[in-house]
Formats: sequence, structure tokens, C-alpha cells
Amino acid sequence: MATPQLAQSRRRFLADTARMAGGCAVAGLGLAYVARDARALPADALRPPGALAEDDFLGACIRCGLCVRDCPFDTLKLAELGTDGPATGTPYFTARTVPCEMCDDIPCVAACPTGALDPALDDIDDARMGTAVLVDQENCLNFHGLRCDVCYRVCPAIDAAITLEASHDERSGHHAIFAPTVHAGHCTGCGLCEKSCVLPEAAIKVLPVRLARGEAADHYRRGWEEKEKNGAPLVDGLIDLPDRLPGPGTDNLAAPGGFEPAYKLPGGRR
Amino acid sequence: MSTHAQLPVGFEALETKGWIGSRRYLLLRRASQLFFLALFLTGPLFGFWIAKGTLAGSLTLDFLPLADPLVALQSIAAGHWLTATALTGALIVLAAYVLLGGRAYCAWVCPINPVTDAAHWMHRRLDLPKGWQPKRSARYWLLGTVLTASFASGTIAWEILNPVTMVHRGLVFGLSAAWLVVAAVFLFDLFVSRRGWCGHLCPVGAFYGLIGKTSILRVSAPKRAACDDCMDCYAVCPENQVISPALKGSPGTSPIILAGDCTNCGACIDVCAQDVFRFTHRFDRRLAEPPSQFAAEQSAASLMHKE
Ligand code: SF4
Ligand code: SF4
Ligand code: SF4
Ligand code: SF4
Repeated sequence: MATPQLAQSRRRFLADTARMAGGCAVAGLGLAYVARDARALPADALRPPGALAEDDFLGACIRCGLCVRDCPFDTLKLAELGTDGPATGTPYFTARTVPCEMCDDIPCVAACPTGALDPALDDIDDARMGTAVLVDQENCLNFHGLRCDVCYRVCPAIDAAITLEASHDERSGHHAIFAPTVHAGHCTGCGLCEKSCVLPEAAIKVLPVRLARGEAADHYRRGWEEKEKNGAPLVDGLIDLPDRLPGPGTDNLAAPGGFEPAYKLPGGRR
Repeated sequence: MSTHAQLPVGFEALETKGWIGSRRYLLLRRASQLFFLALFLTGPLFGFWIAKGTLAGSLTLDFLPLADPLVALQSIAAGHWLTATALTGALIVLAAYVLLGGRAYCAWVCPINPVTDAAHWMHRRLDLPKGWQPKRSARYWLLGTVLTASFASGTIAWEILNPVTMVHRGLVFGLSAAWLVVAAVFLFDLFVSRRGWCGHLCPVGAFYGLIGKTSILRVSAPKRAACDDCMDCYAVCPENQVISPALKGSPGTSPIILAGDCTNCGACIDVCAQDVFRFTHRFDRRLAEPPSQFAAEQSAASLMHKE
């Protein structure tokens, strides 16, 4: 049987422990909340070459700044508390300020002691710091029929990551538009295009991949690719259904210009 | 308690040991803190690189990798297995502090220490109330919380708030927000909680305290018999709960300050006019107890001074 003092000290111990655990639970929740919030990087902040996916990066980068130190172009910066989003101290760059020059020896990755910048990245062309997007066709000079072409010309992966796609200029009626067109599969996200865009505010921007790109569902199959892989149609004897094109119930291939169907559509539409 | 307790703290030491003698370790500590900062600053300031990076992770003279073991531990808790460079770095730092006393980091390296020391100095000057005094164990709870939060969020959670690395990073990389953090810690220690940050809350200190439990370099009180109860050491020690077991231990007990909380700052050595304390290794249980004569003590003292 515990003496009264013992019982009392035990009670005090339990109360203290409970208070401490409660305080820690609150502190821990707050910390985890802020830590999760830290994932919300500003949209123009790009991670260095080879950076792990953002979720993994925040568990791997110890914020030592060695990558920043070894970047010969002073591209990389460490995020400031408060002003650069809450991932304080992590390295990033802003394409419009200083883009990545895509060093052959990738010194930033070589400097990283933790693997936050993946040492498996040995060819800078495989880096995916972001993806360029021509965000504003309405202001891009090439879409006005001019031959600015600057973003295209500066691209280190010219004609692979970015091409000029010619099309008829409807406005003038007898010119061409050479639309700068990004091919994400080759774009490293270095930011040279955004940096060089001649407009006061770039019409082409490099965004983190998560913002720049969509994602196809896993189960989607492209018929033409499957057909090529297979060497033949996957299903024999497919019925070629009429192609539906704009116009009231038209099959332009069968009768260019459209025609009135000879049958009644279900639902009473004529 | 003796009448000495009425004298201002450190007065006797100043009288007997002089200005330098009564703050030898304080001066050495400031020099060491500046030295560790300077290692990182020669590069950005003069283009001569000694240590690159920050206290969280660095590369010295292009070959010695170092990393903060607590940051490394959080990263592992977050589910990232660090590459060899950072792991090696963390192990080297860990080994160094196991030998030198974990919290030696706090007293001799950490850039926050001058801030909290300044706050404490000011606190004493203004004779402010203690304020909120959470239990000393709060920091161990916080340490556990930090590791749990890292695990749960998959991030290096403490690095989002950690004043230690934030200030160092700010100084080395010229980020202005560092001054906000310095101000916050200073004001907290001055007005909210006396010795609150380093003494009660900082999980980094808690971590180094755990490492330091087995450290080789320790402060001992071999001449505890000469103690005249002036209590000055209790007044200057940032973790004064560690002193009593060594200083007031019953005959036969070890005079070594074994608690991991001791920061090896040497303030007790500086402030003691009777030269009771000294640095030694943790197995040195020698005592200069009475009845060893006054003469023996004197010679021991002079030996110590020659060291
Ligand atoms: S590849 Fe070169 S320019 Fe680009 S971030 Fe790394 S070091 Fe800097
Ligand atoms: S070198 Fe690696 S760990 Fe250090 S700041 Fe850069 S990405 Fe983070
Ligand atoms: S970011 Fe621009 S310049 Fe860099 S690879 Fe992509 S398209 Fe080319
Ligand atoms: S540089 Fe700018 S304006 Fe010129 S083509 Fe490219 S996106 Fe358009």
C-alpha cells in the first residue's frame, strides 16, 4: 500500500506527464502542419537538377547550401524565411532571374551530400527541373505572325524540347504563324527560354512539373500505339462507324458539307 | 550559507583571479564560437574556402564532410536514407561530441548561445522575474515530438523552425530573416522565460545532451572540500541542477559532473575563487579531500594554473 506522500508524488508525476504529453501533442501537430504547409512552394520556384519529388525532397534536403555554393552561375538560392515560401533554407531558382545553364558536370548534384539531388543523374539532359509552357499565346510575338523565335533559339535542346510549328495565319490571310511548341519529354526546365523572352513579362514560363503537366490515367491505352506494338489491329473485323464532325448530324467523310440523315435519331431529333 | 552569498556573483573570483583569470573559459568560448563561424565566412567574404555549407551539413577543405546528426536522424525518420557522404559526416560529428561532451556543442559552437547568454546577462542586470519555467525535461519531450513529426510528415520537421541552423544559415548566406529569429529567441529568454530556450526547450541541446551522457571530457570538483558555499557556481551555471551531485556529494562519491545536461562551458571553473572545479576525463575520480593538508592543495592549485 502506498504511503500518502508516495501516492501524492505519483499523482503529481502522472499530472506532469499528462501535461507534458498534451503540450507535445499540440506542438507536434503544429509542427507537422507547418511542415506539410512547407510543401506549397511558390509556382515560380524551381528545384535544382536531380531534385527528388517534392515530398521526398523535403525529407532529404538538410538545407546545407552546398549545391548553392558549387553552382558556378549563382543560379541557386536558399529560400528565405517567410518571403520565399515556408520551405526555409531549401535551394531553388527562379528562371526569369537566373536560369540553370545546364553544366555538363552538374556540380550542384555532385556537391549534395544527402542524395536530395539524385546522384544517379549523370546526364544533365535528363534533368526535369520543370517544364516550359507557352502560357500566353495572346502576347507571344510569334503568334502575331512575327519571327521573334528567341525562346526557340536559346534552348539548349533546340528542335527537341522546343520546335516552331507552322500554321496558316488567319488574320493576315497569307502569312504563317510559327508557334513555339514545347515537347515536355525533352524539356529539362532549365529556364533559358523564360529568361530570354523579349516581352516585359515572359509569354513562355517554366513551371514545376506538377503545375505544368497533366497525367494520363494508368489504364489508358492509345489504340494506334497498341496497334503498332501488335503489328496488326488488336481486334479483327472492326466496323468502321461514321465519323461525327461539327454540323447537325453530319458525316463529312461520306458526304462533304453534311447531309440530313435518312433515319430518325432516337429522342425525336431530326 | 556563508556571508559570501551577499557579494555580487563573480566578485570574489575577480578579486582573486583577476579580470582575465575569472573569465578564461568565457573568452575561450567566444573565441571558439567566432572561430567556427569564421570557418564558414572566409569563403563568401574573401573567396578563401575553408568550410562550405552550414552547420547542418558542410564540406571542409574540400575533403572532410560533416553533418548534424540530429538533422540526419530526422531525415532517416522521415523515410530518406541519406547517401554515404552525409551519413559519414553525421557519424564523425557524433563521435566528436561523444568524446568532448555533447552539449559542448551548445557552449562552444552554437551561434544561438551568445544570444541566450546576452539575454541572461541582461535578465540579471534588469533583475527580471524568472517567468515561465517549464520542466527541464520538456526538451526531451520536444525532441521526441520533433522526431515523431518528421516521421509523420515525411519532412525534416525541425529544420522549418530550428533557430540554430536558421541563424547560422542566415549569417553564412546573408539571409536577413535570421535577425528576426535572433530577436525572437532573445526576447523569449529575456521576458518570457529565464534561460528558457537553451535550458528548457531546445531539442538540439536535448539531443546533444543525450549524446554527452557518456562523454569523456568532463568537469570535476576535485577540491570540493574547499567550497565555501558562496553559490556563485550555481548562479552562473546554465544547467545548475548538474552541480550538486558532484559538489555536494557525500564522501566517497564521484566529484565528476556526469549529467549530460552539463555544457562543458567552464563557467563554474571561472567563477570559483577556491578553484574547486577543473576539466578532466570522466574516469578521473581523484579528490583533494581533507585531511590532505593545505600545502598539498596549494601545489595542486599551482599545477592547475601551469597547465
Ligand atoms: S546544372 Fe549548373 S547552372 Fe544548373 S543549377 Fe546545377 S550548377 Fe547551377
Ligand atoms: S546540397 Fe543537397 S542537401 Fe544541401 S541544400 Fe542542396 S539539395 Fe539540400
Ligand atoms: S526550359 Fe525552355 S530552354 Fe530549357 S529545355 Fe525547356 S524549352 Fe528548352
Ligand atoms: S521569346 Fe517570348 S515572345 Fe518570343 S516567341 Fe518566345 S515566348 Fe514568344
